[in-house]
Amino acid sequence: MQSSSHAAGGTAQPVPHLAGHFASLEVQNHAARLGMWLFLATEILLFAGLFICYGVYRFLFPEAWAAASRSLDLQLGTINTVVLITSSLTAALAVHYAKEGKNKMVAVQIALTLVMAVGFLVIKYFEYHHKFEIGTLPGRFYSYEGIQLPGVPLYFTVYFCATALHGIHVVIGMIVLAFSMVRALKKADFGPNNYTMVELGSMYWHLVDLVWIFLFPMLYLV
Amino acid sequence: MTPSSSIAAPGATPAPEEHHDHHPSYLVDGTTIKSWLLTVDHKRIGLMFLFWVLLFFLVGGIFALLIRVELLTPGPTIMDAMTYNRTFTLHGLVMIFLFMIPAIPAVFGNFMLPLMLGAKDVAFPRLNLLSLYIYLAGAVLALWGMLNGGLDTGWTFYTPYSAHTTTTVAPVLFGAFIIGFSSIVTGINFIVTVHTMRAPGITWFKMPLFVWAIYATSCIQVLATPVIGLLLVLVTVENLFGFGMFDPARGGDPVLFQHLFWFYSHPAVYIMVLPSFGVMSEVVATYSRKNIFGYRAVAYSSLGIAFVGFFAWGHHMFVSGQSTFAGGLFGVLTMIVGVFTAIKVFNWVGTVYKGAVEFKTPFAYFCGFLFFTVFGGMTGIALGTVSLDVAWHDTYFVVAHFHFIMVGATIMAFLAALHYWFPKMFGRTYHEGWGLVAAALIILGFNATFIPQFLLGNNGMPRRYYEYPERFQELNVASTAGASLLAFGFIIIAMYLTYALIYGKASGKNPWRSKGYEWLSESPPPTHNFVGPQPEFPEEPHFYVDPKKAEVPDAV
Repeated sequence: MQSSSHAAGGTAQPVPHLAGHFASLEVQNHAARLGMWLFLATEILLFAGLFICYGVYRFLFPEAWAAASRSLDLQLGTINTVVLITSSLTAALAVHYAKEGKNKMVAVQIALTLVMAVGFLVIKYFEYHHKFEIGTLPGRFYSYEGIQLPGVPLYFTVYFCATALHGIHVVIGMIVLAFSMVRALKKADFGPNNYTMVELGSMYWHLVDLVWIFLFPMLYLV
Repeated sequence: MTPSSSIAAPGATPAPEEHHDHHPSYLVDGTTIKSWLLTVDHKRIGLMFLFWVLLFFLVGGIFALLIRVELLTPGPTIMDAMTYNRTFTLHGLVMIFLFMIPAIPAVFGNFMLPLMLGAKDVAFPRLNLLSLYIYLAGAVLALWGMLNGGLDTGWTFYTPYSAHTTTTVAPVLFGAFIIGFSSIVTGINFIVTVHTMRAPGITWFKMPLFVWAIYATSCIQVLATPVIGLLLVLVTVENLFGFGMFDPARGGDPVLFQHLFWFYSHPAVYIMVLPSFGVMSEVVATYSRKNIFGYRAVAYSSLGIAFVGFFAWGHHMFVSGQSTFAGGLFGVLTMIVGVFTAIKVFNWVGTVYKGAVEFKTPFAYFCGFLFFTVFGGMTGIALGTVSLDVAWHDTYFVVAHFHFIMVGATIMAFLAALHYWFPKMFGRTYHEGWGLVAAALIILGFNATFIPQFLLGNNGMPRRYYEYPERFQELNVASTAGASLLAFGFIIIAMYLTYALIYGKASGKNPWRSKGYEWLSESPPPTHNFVGPQPEFPEEPHFYVDPKKAEVPDAV
């Protein structure tokens, strides 16, 4: 979150700005990384609540879960998974180039990540659109004639809550990465001593990816 | 773990006498409004939190008094039933989310943690400021919702009622969701601070016990708050759009809501009470002038409570239809919390034993705290017994129990901390006599308020009811009288502390002759806490008696 911008506090300097209250740069970077790991832990617990809802209702309505899952577009889901995993690769490469001080490559890799993120959202938009058309919607909005089983509207409640929450995280991750990209282009000061910002943004992106890796089999491959 | 400083040469000691005149205290270093509102100094942020927390305490307290006045007579007294429902909901929400959860960590934790670790600030000063404004934004949204209708669900906002009631559930819950972020940010900040900012010499087992308590609290905040955050959003969505996640008519399960709710809200009890344990560990050592008895046991038991606290939530749901086996299991796990708390109580008593007790105001609060913790804790063990709880569930017995352990202990510790650290924060002293009078009034008033409620609950009066049979009236009047006494005590405190703030005598650096690390710097401290090179801490905290010398009679 904000801790990612921490190392970026100073003016344009070749080395990152050392905040006055830290003893050394290593301590400062260690603190930023630890803070990010803790933040990721809170994110996992945020989704954990939804996973528990999923688990309980799947236990209660196994047939509805299987039937509703089959109504999703497995092809689009698979494409989205591949897109997101590849975007994680480019995000990791951005960190690699930031360590080597190749700022242009950092910007390119992040740009690729962002393009794939947009692609993910566009595909997601088509999936949502299709559901709005046929009426596989949460709770009282459910109007699809194709599957008539108790618990199916509940599946779509879980589906929409989980994918929407994940979508919000994709957008937040894009914003975080975009900041690093702008910095790589404008200041171009990432280097062996100064890559924490890219690293933290990339860590967040991996989490977004990881959540999807769990959501995909849970929702599409039941 | 990386120690905070690898720069300072070993053996370097601060030389404060050189610097006296050049370093103004944090209170006067920058006097514009902007220098306060945009400060990143943990001490100023702590003070701003103190202001808001006290304000919300006043709001919650006024709601509490309104409830007590309403319950003076069996029938309607001053408000209608709907207003009554809203009043007790607001009392609970304001006191829990706006007062008790941030009370000690955000105020005293913020102020003392870096001082106790020999650091210049917390790890993320700007995040620290952000957490204040997130808290305020959430508070404004929640209060706006409360004033524009207010919700009538009780602070637990159980579904399916909270999804269907026509009162304004959504803004209040979303406000609470935002406040949760503030809690998470503070927690992350404190954990990272403890890990990375410790001065040379402060190893894990040389940290002051208040730091241990805040560390354990922060772990709970970080791990539990996201779950309630999700739940608050789900219920808000449920209330606005009716997705049916917890609606039995659509296959949803309200008991699942209760599980998720208590998964946060039970550990939240320890978010409120663990910092008070930390405060009391400091206070008891200082005023007994004795090393804390069983330092490691106290430190580990904080972590133990934090850990076991995560697995005890089911004891709120003994009558919600969970299996008998689960009920028994949760009952046993609940009692393990009692074991850890008892370890602490024995250590505090062991510290006082043969200590040279100075009976100052904070120590008076320690005595009250000990009573509330033991009495409240024992009734908690009783409530954790499934067969007993079935009878007591949702009666005033539960209300009195959690006010004793959660509110009583927290208020005692909050007031003890306020008095103990008042000279540290403002460099002034308050009137000791008035302090003791107010402490006596508050402890008596608290007992007078809630002991009748134990009896009421045991006689079968359910909580949250607007009307009650005639035979309960005497005890209700007694409870209301006690609440007035309590209010009177708080008014006295507000008066003499405000007076002390303006006219109080200068306290000097360490009026209590405390050995706590936080007293090593000036009182009030300069902006970056310490002047000169990085201070080092060769002695243990709470070091009053050298154990070797203590073997010799008459040596103190």
